[in-house]
Amino acid sequence: MSWLLVLPLLIPLATGILCLVLASRPAQRVLGLVGALSLLGSALALLIQVNARGIQAVQVGNWPAPFGITFVADHLSALMVLITGVVAVAVALYALATGDELREHLGYYPLSQLLLFGVNGAFLTGDLFNLYVWFEVLLLASFVLMILGGSKAQLTGGVKYFAVSLFSSILFLVAVGLLYGATGALNMADLATRMGSVAPGLLTALAMLFLGAFGLKAAVFPFFFWLPASYPAPPVMISALFAGLLTKVGVYALIRVFTLLFTQDVGFTHGLILWIAGLTLFLGVLMALAQGELRRLLSFQLVSHIGYMLMGLGILSPLALTGSVFYALNHMIVIAALFLLAGLLQRLQGTTVLVRMGGLYRSHPWLAVLFLLPAFSLAGLPPFSGFWAKFTLVAAGLQAGQYAIVTVALLVGLLTLLSMGLVFAEVFWKDAPQALGQAPGGWGGLVVPVVLLAVLTLGIGLWAEPLLGLSQAAARELLEPGRYIEAVLGVSR
Amino acid sequence: MEILLAFLVGGLSAVGVYLMLRPHLIQFLIGFLVLGNAANLLIFTSGRLGSQFPPLVQPGGTVLTPIANPLPQALILTAIVIGFALAAFGIVLFFRAQQVLHTLNAEAMPESLEAAPAPSPVDEVREERR
Repeated sequence: MSWLLVLPLLIPLATGILCLVLASRPAQRVLGLVGALSLLGSALALLIQVNARGIQAVQVGNWPAPFGITFVADHLSALMVLITGVVAVAVALYALATGDELREHLGYYPLSQLLLFGVNGAFLTGDLFNLYVWFEVLLLASFVLMILGGSKAQLTGGVKYFAVSLFSSILFLVAVGLLYGATGALNMADLATRMGSVAPGLLTALAMLFLGAFGLKAAVFPFFFWLPASYPAPPVMISALFAGLLTKVGVYALIRVFTLLFTQDVGFTHGLILWIAGLTLFLGVLMALAQGELRRLLSFQLVSHIGYMLMGLGILSPLALTGSVFYALNHMIVIAALFLLAGLLQRLQGTTVLVRMGGLYRSHPWLAVLFLLPAFSLAGLPPFSGFWAKFTLVAAGLQAGQYAIVTVALLVGLLTLLSMGLVFAEVFWKDAPQALGQAPGGWGGLVVPVVLLAVLTLGIGLWAEPLLGLSQAAARELLEPGRYIEAVLGVSR
Repeated sequence: MEILLAFLVGGLSAVGVYLMLRPHLIQFLIGFLVLGNAANLLIFTSGRLGSQFPPLVQPGGTVLTPIANPLPQALILTAIVIGFALAAFGIVLFFRAQQVLHTLNAEAMPESLEAAPAPSPVDEVREERR
């Protein structure tokens, strides 16, 4: 049994439990960072092994597949876990620098570790019902994090988030139950071999149930309304974690299910995904342009850019899926950087309402440059990672002759640039509307994680080949489910 | 048996969804419990119900009738436990919401953040707003 596969689960779980046992704050602070760093290390080791030896599978408890608890790591899973590690480290550094005594006291560190535990479990599991359980693990942790501290804004946002998540969980449960009734299997590799025997009409109905359940989690059109209502409410050290990781779990589940299981009626299901992608892209960015509060604006940008990942899934060609995977990885880094930056700006100016901010270009010119790195990457300008992600997707769309979605994608890139430009003008160029007081508390430490993520997106942009190659390998595996099935069912013990 | 349960599941889902769409949070929570039970019954039904289907077969033995599948019941057990945890959390969350926000009516709750005017690329509009 390969320990590497279960380490990304065991490390956050052990760290979380240790944090609970050692209730002292300084110990938890150290553990939070150590846990995130070792998660990153184990994820890197896992990716190296997957890259060298192909898809890895483990049957926990030594029950042979398809009866045991299966964990699988292909390139997609390993890459997602790796970037989860990167985001975890950045957010841990940010939390250390924030020093939010109240929320640390209430258990921020153990809860965030348990959230990582659930996220990694969802990425690595090879069983559909276990995926449901992992979703619940990460949801319960996220519910508590969302309302940690119990401010008014957090409770109103938390109630909405809770309600929508409950509904999507039930939808997912019903879909899993019906799929089991139709096929008699829950292991995803086993399921993939049996999908052909199900009546096509029933299969499409099941596909729609899964699309609804995961679409709610990923916040795509028409289910995105809950995200901007809840994500801006908690402090940035929590919402950056959510923005970077949680919707991507929904996107990952969509990619997995709609490449491995539901590929019988591609014209209908993936055509619908393409429509959803276009509408998510366009409506998200339009809503972002209408926002006057930075974190809310970023939440709508987050929604909008989920559309790019679905665009690649909808086109379903090797190049398009490469783009989808690359975009998801790039977006996790960029949106986490922007959310953390919003927190830093809030610390500096005391507000995130755009009309009340300003004058930062004069006082902190290098901060303006720091903002432009992830902002340009989000809009897809070269030489940042976002450029290569968009370039791949647009090239794939042109290759497949999907000119409508390519037009939308390019237009949304332009509108994103406009939106980011407006933020830049408001926050940095405009004169400060009132005299700015001294920042309460230090803010130097808050810059470190933002710089790390910004340098990462620039680095990936300048040297895109390795990550693009890995995304390509992930896309190849997704389009040839045979290898996935063989890795799971062919391995005994 | 299946027909009867199908109607029951349909009825429970209708009641559950209706309650979940009500603005009052306690009604929402009861709706969640009802809808959760509908989902569990649905999975239960997919395991072939009926007194004449044996759930276990002796090694080497052959059965002529279709056999019942006990696995959905294990799935439901897990789902019930999770649903219980979610409902417990929901009760505490709504209790705190009542304490802090002084209402359980979702429509009467304020937006989580104050509304702010959007920045505009046109200078005149910007001046006007300030």
